[in-house]
Amino acid sequence: MPLLSTHGLTKDYPGVRALNAVDFDLNAGEVHVLFGENGAGKSTLISMLAGATSPSEGTIYLDGHAMNFDTVARAKSHGVYTVFQEFSLIPTLTVAENMFLGQEPRAGFLIDHGEMRRRAQEIFDTLGFALSPTAQVTSLSRAQQQMVEIAKAFHGDLKVLILDEPTASLTDREVDHLFAFIKQQKAKGVGIVYISHRMQEFARIADRVTVLRDGAKIGTVAMTDTDEAHLVEMMTGRAIAEIYPVIATTPGAVVLEIKGLSTPGVAPSSLSLRAGEVLGVAGLVGCGKSRFFRAMMGLTAHQTGTVILKGQDITHLSTREIIRRGLYYLSPDRKAEGLDLAKTSHDNLGLNVVTSGTASKRGWINWRVVRERVAEIADRVELPHDYRAKYVSQLSGGNQQKVLFGKAFGQDADVYIFDEPTVGVDMGTRAALYLKIKSLAEAGKAVVVISSDLPEAINLSHRLLVFAHGHVTAELARADATEDTVLKHFFVESEPTL
Amino acid sequence: MTTAPTSADTSGVLRKLFLRVGVLPFFLAIALVVFSLMSAKFLTGQNLVNVARQSVYLVLVSLGQMLVLVSGGFDLSVGTAIALTSVVSAVSMTWAAGVMPDAIWLAIVIGIAAGGFTALMVGLVNGVGVAYFEVSPFIMTLGVSSVGAGLALFLTGGVPVSGLPFAFGDTFGFGKWFGVPVPVFIAAICIVVMWLVMSRTPLGTQIYAVGGNIKAAHLSAINTKRTLMVSYILCSLIASLTGLLLTARVESGEANLGGSMALESIAACVIAGVSLRGGIGKVQTVVLGAFFIVMVQNGMNLAQISSYMQMVLLGGLLILAVIFDQMRYRMIMRGR
Repeated sequence: MPLLSTHGLTKDYPGVRALNAVDFDLNAGEVHVLFGENGAGKSTLISMLAGATSPSEGTIYLDGHAMNFDTVARAKSHGVYTVFQEFSLIPTLTVAENMFLGQEPRAGFLIDHGEMRRRAQEIFDTLGFALSPTAQVTSLSRAQQQMVEIAKAFHGDLKVLILDEPTASLTDREVDHLFAFIKQQKAKGVGIVYISHRMQEFARIADRVTVLRDGAKIGTVAMTDTDEAHLVEMMTGRAIAEIYPVIATTPGAVVLEIKGLSTPGVAPSSLSLRAGEVLGVAGLVGCGKSRFFRAMMGLTAHQTGTVILKGQDITHLSTREIIRRGLYYLSPDRKAEGLDLAKTSHDNLGLNVVTSGTASKRGWINWRVVRERVAEIADRVELPHDYRAKYVSQLSGGNQQKVLFGKAFGQDADVYIFDEPTVGVDMGTRAALYLKIKSLAEAGKAVVVISSDLPEAINLSHRLLVFAHGHVTAELARADATEDTVLKHFFVESEPTL
Repeated sequence: MTTAPTSADTSGVLRKLFLRVGVLPFFLAIALVVFSLMSAKFLTGQNLVNVARQSVYLVLVSLGQMLVLVSGGFDLSVGTAIALTSVVSAVSMTWAAGVMPDAIWLAIVIGIAAGGFTALMVGLVNGVGVAYFEVSPFIMTLGVSSVGAGLALFLTGGVPVSGLPFAFGDTFGFGKWFGVPVPVFIAAICIVVMWLVMSRTPLGTQIYAVGGNIKAAHLSAINTKRTLMVSYILCSLIASLTGLLLTARVESGEANLGGSMALESIAACVIAGVSLRGGIGKVQTVVLGAFFIVMVQNGMNLAQISSYMQMVLLGGLLILAVIFDQMRYRMIMRGR
């Protein structure tokens, strides 16, 4: 009997089925990897196992008993611990205080700080983490904070440990410590669910791999029966030609040149971009690819380098001025910095029409012209008529992303930078959005597609830049950019030289 | 047979009304019914005209307050801007009238300019602090309101500045243009201008965008800092205009003018559906909101409710309006 299993586990969000009838099982003393693209349903699955969300349908069994994990606390009380990718640490408290938050050892009414520190130190010793229990969380590096997150999960009676990309920000030595710990827990009979994109890690620790795609389970394979090529095929295995359009290219003059631009976390890097071409930028989450372009847009400070747009130096201009000169940046986070959720689609699209200045005369806005242009744009991004007067908060992720794309069309730019253009978007909408990118490039615009979704970065681009650890590790022509070659450049073993 | 669908329709209409304009229509209806029951004089044409005239000052301040609320902040220093304007304009006007007794209108213009300039400084300090030094609007405008109130008392020693030219009070306090009281005339112009600014100019759109999602506005090529600063300056200038009109009305410069304006203007805006989160609010309803507050005060006066109890009720009304604003926001975000 498996330690943990799910039967027909399904999760519906408004307008989208994030997970569809997934059967999953985890044995005691096993490391079971969940593998899939962004948005494949991995996070949805583990958030239900962790008790962070409740399933729409289906059941979770622990030791053969049906469970109702309606809160994280309840899952924990049954020995199911989860280390989420997003940190849940309180920066102003100490390491030990964070680890025992809500379950502090007491001496009468008071917190027993001595006992707390002692127990925290014990856990660190077991884990081999060099951390001080009394350190303030703000003083720790990202990797150290990750270690605290992991340590936080390791007290109490551990049955199932769920790790969501635990190694994303760890150094090799820290990874070795973590793997040693995982092996030790395995030997004790703990079942471990492990999410990672790093395939070379699987061979070291995985027993079985379950592949998810578009919310459905594709299959479960034993690690001894499979290889990287097979897994990638399972992960992406779809008729690629049906989704990704062929984008004709007639490269024109160089419109954008970046020379030796650097920013905290990204070493000096250069690139040039021609009119009518699509440049793909691939790399793992956190490799610096987005940071590099955000620094170029003036959204964060850059340390060195110059940026030339159509022969003009725009290095030190404000974001607003850079956009006005003809560079458009599409944010990867439509909710935080892309859209005004409490306004309608119309209003959101209208904003960029107004700021472009094309609909006003002598300082007065002509709303009739704005309405016409907004309708045009909404047609262009295929936003259904019913949704145009609705508040953006009420649209599905796919339709919200269409509105975000529409904002880009409100301004007539020369260079479009799409940062994660299809994050959290269903396949149908993706295909539609790719056609918009195609139409821009074929109209002679220069386009950059920054994507953590490898097939997307490869299949849309004429040229591909690969980032790893804050460096450009490769520039590949379309013909040379296969998943295998690109993935090799993802994992170049180099210490960041920063 | 027909009642069931009708009541469903009615609740649907009410719900839409609430989503679109907020709690004001409901409050207005309740107030009209309650006060006309409590006093027979309330619903007379004479009284309503009276309310309209009294509400001019709050309408103006609320228009400015709305700008700042829509931009995502709030301005607690409007009362101070009024007091400072009153004191500074009165001092400089009486001084100028003493120096050149033959050019009374020049003295009046000098006084108005001095008052306006002072308010410009108040708005500039607020705007620079909030936009460029990123001080929270609460602390920034609270601090400025203490600084301004202190300066106004210091300048006058706490004694009203009297001896203003009669022409000033006669024109701006009690005069009529085209048969309309001057304050009402000026307020009407301000309402129209403000409506044009908010709905017809890029500045208005930018203020809505900055309050709605400042990061998205930044990525839409809007100068967010300048937009924030301009809204504080405009708010202060409108408050200053109110200060001048009030000074003309009381015919002296007083450091305690406009003391309750901050609370009342915020209440008027919130009741009129301006969101405290920013990004939402309409000029037309804000005018109605200010009118509503003054009407409630008038109704309470007629019903002989003491001014102390009126403070209690006004505070309660503000909190109630904010609670309804939260509900409305959640309904917008949830979609149902």
